[in-house]
Amino acid sequence: MSPARRGTRRVLHAGPFGPVTRGARSLVLAAATLLGLAGQAAMAQDANLGRNLAATCANCHGTNGNARGDMKPLAGMPADKMLAMLADFRSGNQPATIMHQISKGYTEEQLKLVAAYFAAQKPAGK
Amino acid sequence: MNHEAHNLPATSGLTRRRVLGVGVAASTIGLASCASLGGAPIGRVVVVGGGYGGATAARYLRMWGGNVDVTLIERNDAFVSCPISNLVLGGYKQIGDVTRGYDGLKALGVKVVKAEVTAVDVAAKKVRTAAGEFAYDRLVLSPGVDFMTEGVAGLQAALDSGRVLHSWKAGPQTVALRRQLEAMPDGGVFAMCIPLAPYRCPPGPYERACMVASYLKAAKPRSKVIVLDANPDITSKAGLFRKAWADHYAGIIEYKANAVLREVSGTTARLEFEDVKADVLNVIPAQRAGDIARSAGIVNANNRWVGVNWLTMESTAAPGVHALGDATLSAPAMPKSGHMANQHGKVAAAAIIAQLRGEPVNSTPVVMNTCYSFVTARDVVHVASVHQYDAKDATFKTVPGSGGLSAAANQIEGRYALSWADNIWGDALAV
Repeated sequence: MSPARRGTRRVLHAGPFGPVTRGARSLVLAAATLLGLAGQAAMAQDANLGRNLAATCANCHGTNGNARGDMKPLAGMPADKMLAMLADFRSGNQPATIMHQISKGYTEEQLKLVAAYFAAQKPAGK
Repeated sequence: MNHEAHNLPATSGLTRRRVLGVGVAASTIGLASCASLGGAPIGRVVVVGGGYGGATAARYLRMWGGNVDVTLIERNDAFVSCPISNLVLGGYKQIGDVTRGYDGLKALGVKVVKAEVTAVDVAAKKVRTAAGEFAYDRLVLSPGVDFMTEGVAGLQAALDSGRVLHSWKAGPQTVALRRQLEAMPDGGVFAMCIPLAPYRCPPGPYERACMVASYLKAAKPRSKVIVLDANPDITSKAGLFRKAWADHYAGIIEYKANAVLREVSGTTARLEFEDVKADVLNVIPAQRAGDIARSAGIVNANNRWVGVNWLTMESTAAPGVHALGDATLSAPAMPKSGHMANQHGKVAAAAIIAQLRGEPVNSTPVVMNTCYSFVTARDVVHVASVHQYDAKDATFKTVPGSGGLSAAANQIEGRYALSWADNIWGDALAV
C-alpha cells in the first residue's frame, strides 16, 4: 500500500482524542506547513520524527516493528488499523496489560506519525 | 539550553573540515562495510560500552546513519543481560540464556573491539585502550555503574575476596551467587542489602528476593530471605511485591526498611543497631557512573552522575561526548534501567547523525520505559512510564495520566516479559 493510498483513508474510529482519521495526510500537511514556515531544515527534522517515535516501541515490538514471541508485530500494519487499536487502548474499550498506560503517553499527532511509520515498514522475511 | 546551541559545533567550518579529513583517513584503513554503502563515512563515532545503551546506539547509528564509521569498544566477550538474570538465581534460567554475542553488530558494519578503555582524551578526541588508540568525531560513553564501597567498613575487602557478591552486573557474579545458594544448607539465611536510591534497576532487588525465595521454598523450605533495605520503603512496585511476598513467601521473606549497612564482617551485615548473620550475604553497593566517565571528566552531578543535554544525550561538561543509561543524572521519575538505556541510545544515535550532517536535532524526543519483574517463576508485574521532552525545563517529564503498574501479578505478563527480553536483545544487538 502506498503512502498516498493510506493518506486517503477515512474516519474509522471515534477515539477519546477525537476521530481517528487523516493519518498520513495530516503528516503531509504538517510537513508542508513546516516547510513553508521554517524551510528545509525543519522538513529534514520532521521526516525523522515518525522514525524516532516508532523506535520507542521497538524494545517490545522489535526493530521497525518486527516483533518476536508473544508481542504483536507492527511492521506493515495499516495505519488506520493501528490507530483504531491505540484509540481502543486509550478509551479502555480494549482491555490490555500495559498498552492502555503506554498509549496515553503520546499525543494524537505522535501516534499518527508512529502508525504511518510502521505501515510503511516491510515485514522482515516477507 | 536549546538544541541550536548544541548544534553549533557540528555546523562550524572547523568541524566540517575535520569530518572530511577523517573520511580520508578512515578510507585508508579500509572500511569494507562503509565502502559498500558508497562514499566516505560522514564521521567517526566511538562507542564505549556494549550494554543496553551502547549496543543500541551502535546499532542505530549504522541503521539510521548509513555511512557512519562506528567502533564499539567493550571489555567483555559477550553481552550478559541484567534483566532476566534474577531467574538464573532462581534456577529457572541458565546464564547462557541471558547472554548474547556481538556478531549481529559486526554484520551491520560495527567494528567491535574487545578492550578496556584506559583513558579518554576529550581535548584530543581520542580513546586509549590496550588494543590501541581510537580517534573520534563524536564519543558515546555508556559505562554503566561502578560501586561506592567507601563508608561501609569491610565491604570492598569482602567483595574482593568473592565471599560476598554483589551480582549487580550480570555474568560470573550471577553464576557465583547461584552456586552459593545451591551450597547453602536448608534452614540457612540469605540476606540482601539494598542501597539508597538512585541505583540501577529500582525493582531488581525485590524481584531477586522473590526468585531466591522461590528457589528456597521448593528446595530448602526451612530457609529465610532477609531483605535489608536502606530505603524507607520498597523503592518500586511496593504494593505488588508486598502482595507477592504475602501470597507466596510468607514465613520466608522478612523485610526491614531503613536498614543501612555499616559494616560487613564475614557474612554478617552490621547495621546501626543490629547484626544480621547470614549464610549467604549479597550486598548491592551504592552506585555511581562507571569509572571511565570520571576519567573522561564528565561526572559533574553530585560527584556521582553525568549531567546530559536530553536532546542529544551530550554531556553538559563536554560537548561532543554523549553519555547513556545508568551513568546519567536521571530526569525526574526516569528509572535507571536497561530499557531506558536502549531509549537513550536511540536519542543519541538520531542526534549524532543529525549533528554529523549539520542538520538540526530532534527538538521533541520521547522515551519510555517498561520494567517487568518476576514474582514467581511465571507470574510477573510491570511498571511503565512515558517521558516527553519539556523544552521550558530542558528535561524529560512523565506524561500525567500515562504509565502505571500491573493490576495484579499474572502469567500473561510472564510471557510478555520473556518476549520483551527477546525483542530488546534483538533491537540492541541485531541478533
